[in-house]
Amino acid sequence: MTAIDAPALAIDAPALAIDARGIVKSFPGVLANDHVDFDLRRGEVHALLGENGAGKSTLMNILAGLYRPDEGEIRIDGEPVTFGSPRDAIAAGLGMVHQHFTLVPSQTVTENILLGLDRPRFLLHERRSEAEVAALAERFGMRVDPRARIWQLSVGEQQRVEILKMLYRGARILIMDEPTAVLAPQEADELFETLRSMTREGRSVVFISHKLGEVLAIADRVTVMRRGVVTAAGLPTAGATRADLARLMVGRSVLETIDRVPVTPGSIVLAVEGVSARNDRGLPALRDVSLDVRAGEIVGIAAVAGNGQSELAEVITGLRPCTGAIRIAGEEVANESAGTVIARGVAHIPEDRSTVGSAPNLSLTDNLIMKRYREAPVARGWLMDEATARTIAGTLKESYAIAAPSVDTQARLLSGGNLQRLILAREIETKPGLLIAVQPTRGLDVGAIESVHRLLLSLREHGTAILLISEELDEILALSDRIDVVYEGRVVGTFPSAEADVGRIGLLMTGGDEEAAS
Amino acid sequence: MTIRLEPRIAAPRWLSAAATIGAVVVALVISGAIIGFVGGDPIRSYLHILNASFGSIGVLSDTLVKATPLILTGLACALAFRMRLWNIGAEGQFLLGAWGATAVVLSGVLPKGTPAVVVLPLMMAAGMLAGAIWGLIPGVLRARLGVNEIITTLMLNYVALFWIQFWVFGPWSESGFQQTKTFPPEAWLPRLSDFATTVPAFGGLTVHLGLIFGLVAAGIVWLILERSRWGYEIRLIGDCPRAARYAGIDIARNLIVVFAVSGALAGLAGMSEVAGSVHRLQDRISPGYGFTAIIIAYLAKFHPGRVVVASILFGALILAGREIQPSGVPAMIQGIILFALIVSDTLVRYRVRIERTPPPAPATAEPAVPG
Repeated sequence: MTAIDAPALAIDAPALAIDARGIVKSFPGVLANDHVDFDLRRGEVHALLGENGAGKSTLMNILAGLYRPDEGEIRIDGEPVTFGSPRDAIAAGLGMVHQHFTLVPSQTVTENILLGLDRPRFLLHERRSEAEVAALAERFGMRVDPRARIWQLSVGEQQRVEILKMLYRGARILIMDEPTAVLAPQEADELFETLRSMTREGRSVVFISHKLGEVLAIADRVTVMRRGVVTAAGLPTAGATRADLARLMVGRSVLETIDRVPVTPGSIVLAVEGVSARNDRGLPALRDVSLDVRAGEIVGIAAVAGNGQSELAEVITGLRPCTGAIRIAGEEVANESAGTVIARGVAHIPEDRSTVGSAPNLSLTDNLIMKRYREAPVARGWLMDEATARTIAGTLKESYAIAAPSVDTQARLLSGGNLQRLILAREIETKPGLLIAVQPTRGLDVGAIESVHRLLLSLREHGTAILLISEELDEILALSDRIDVVYEGRVVGTFPSAEADVGRIGLLMTGGDEEAAS
Repeated sequence: MTIRLEPRIAAPRWLSAAATIGAVVVALVISGAIIGFVGGDPIRSYLHILNASFGSIGVLSDTLVKATPLILTGLACALAFRMRLWNIGAEGQFLLGAWGATAVVLSGVLPKGTPAVVVLPLMMAAGMLAGAIWGLIPGVLRARLGVNEIITTLMLNYVALFWIQFWVFGPWSESGFQQTKTFPPEAWLPRLSDFATTVPAFGGLTVHLGLIFGLVAAGIVWLILERSRWGYEIRLIGDCPRAARYAGIDIARNLIVVFAVSGALAGLAGMSEVAGSVHRLQDRISPGYGFTAIIIAYLAKFHPGRVVVASILFGALILAGREIQPSGVPAMIQGIILFALIVSDTLVRYRVRIERTPPPAPATAEPAVPG
């Protein structure tokens, strides 16, 4: 794989709105930006493409004044700048619209836009401000009622208010962090129109996304990031293909070699048929999903974050209502309680370790018996056998090498890796018939990742059916017998792992196949 | 120089107990200073309070009588608070319990001369049932509709108050006074003084069977919270509802049951008060037991055994309040104790760090858990 270099800049290239050179930013244990260069021309839409954790948001937060870079230089319109706060960035004409809006629900659109401004100093000239806001919205083709209260607005309208807020403050550069993640398709089209009308006036837009289709539709150029480094800088979208972008974005590191013993899959343990569900915001998250997992088989779900895979795990484990059929070992469990699903021998490694997978202020013992306190030997009638619980906890702590002073230590004091070992110990020790593993190795170091992988494979040999949901494509490829690719809540492709083609999977994960299909 | 609060990695166990006792001591010192400031003699005042509540068998018995409703309402709060269920309605549940027990006596459902062994258990059952229903209303509203229980329980206290007033001013009024007639003897809980004929030393001691109810209830609540499967669920929900849901626990059902049991405990307190101490229902049957119970539950860190100790301390303060009423000193001490407790809680969870600028390079960090 060769990185695609940016075309050499011509002498008469348009002046740069942003010119960032050699940006380095590290967080404890992570190098989020490793000598990143990024430039934005005046009047262009420049897409920043990358998987979750690639370092896109870090870079943009640095540009918007939220973080200070460890190294590197930033020029805005040719002037070197150092921002101490977002206020400084806005003063320099650079505004960012975050994924999570910062609006006051009970106030009107105009009031939200004026909030925090130095002028008007004391009295609000409401009528005049409303007219100004209306004119600004009109100019960029945004339908918004300046007098509406925020809570009355749809998510798309709220996003327009955020954009107006920045424009009202005179932003010439707008950074949009995954703006379409919350939008319906026609709202996204309207947003694109607005962005185009802004660039026609000479304003510039940075568009953060991990959806290939959108990037090609709206952006003039694209910069691709992976694991903190730029893999393609300022590539013109005109000449780029989806396959190129997918490969640049997903990449492929050297796979660790794990011996996967051939296991003949047994009977179907998990059967999901035509399941649909909504996410926490009430939007469709799963659309007519069907898949199955057999005993002794690992089925990997390859998807970019936010495409419904978290909801899929919750639906199967009884934590989220759905429509459709879910059968575990032949028994219908759709919309049954989480307790019923646990009783059917389903283990679950949840995405959120610290507030779902464990209770932070309870002891190691209490956390380790979470799934078995109802049964003997921990339960004795309506009472619990403290001594037995502590013995079990002690044994698990030993055999899974959970580093903690004692079994009475509170779970919140464990490091991320040890907390994950605690959850694995609890979920795997019962030799479950079905394991739903969501991001089982997120945040672990290389050695720990390998031991988790070995545990999963030994469970597979033992005959457990495993549904592996991970954003690490390498992990999915290394462990799975079959791979289902999920995009926007749909299964868009199924591959036996022997025939898996990374390029094709990457394309499907990012919606790259949508146009080809239609 | 700056003063900062830093979260403690792990608070040692003794620190929590020491902080609670320390808070009470500090509160007594502050109160003493205030008594001294207004020209009183703090030492003499405290000795007087001590003498008035623990000075003799007689006053000790009176202290325990005051502590009895506090133990039961304190347990009601501690149980709910363990699940982070803010039942501020022990007062109302207490009143309904008192009303339910009274209804058994005054409604005439029992023929005249029914023996105490029938009347008293029925009064207990009615009192606990009425309290439980009063707890169920906010419980169901919270579980099914997500209504904030602090508001509903608080407001239901007033409803309960007016409910009692309606009955004692109206149907059950004793010739126009705002109280019912005195209960017949078979509706009185046995008192120590009842046995004065056999044990002369018990003469005049008003401590009644309700204290045993309180102690037994404390034992049962301890068993539930610390040793039972249900207690594990309550602790898990209290600490982390999402983890509890993930572990397959029915949170809505637990909410309703905990509220009902909490209400029943407070209702039993009301029954014990009318049957053991007052022997009639009257307006102002409670001087705010259900509210003091909130402070007691906090003082006890929601631990049933410590609820008993804290209740006796507050029982003493209430009794002493009658002794030196004009100065309002015991009420002040109660308030300052609560204030000191809240401060001590912060000191247990955070350490105070005083820094001289500039801060030294990586200070010797608290030994964290390795790994």
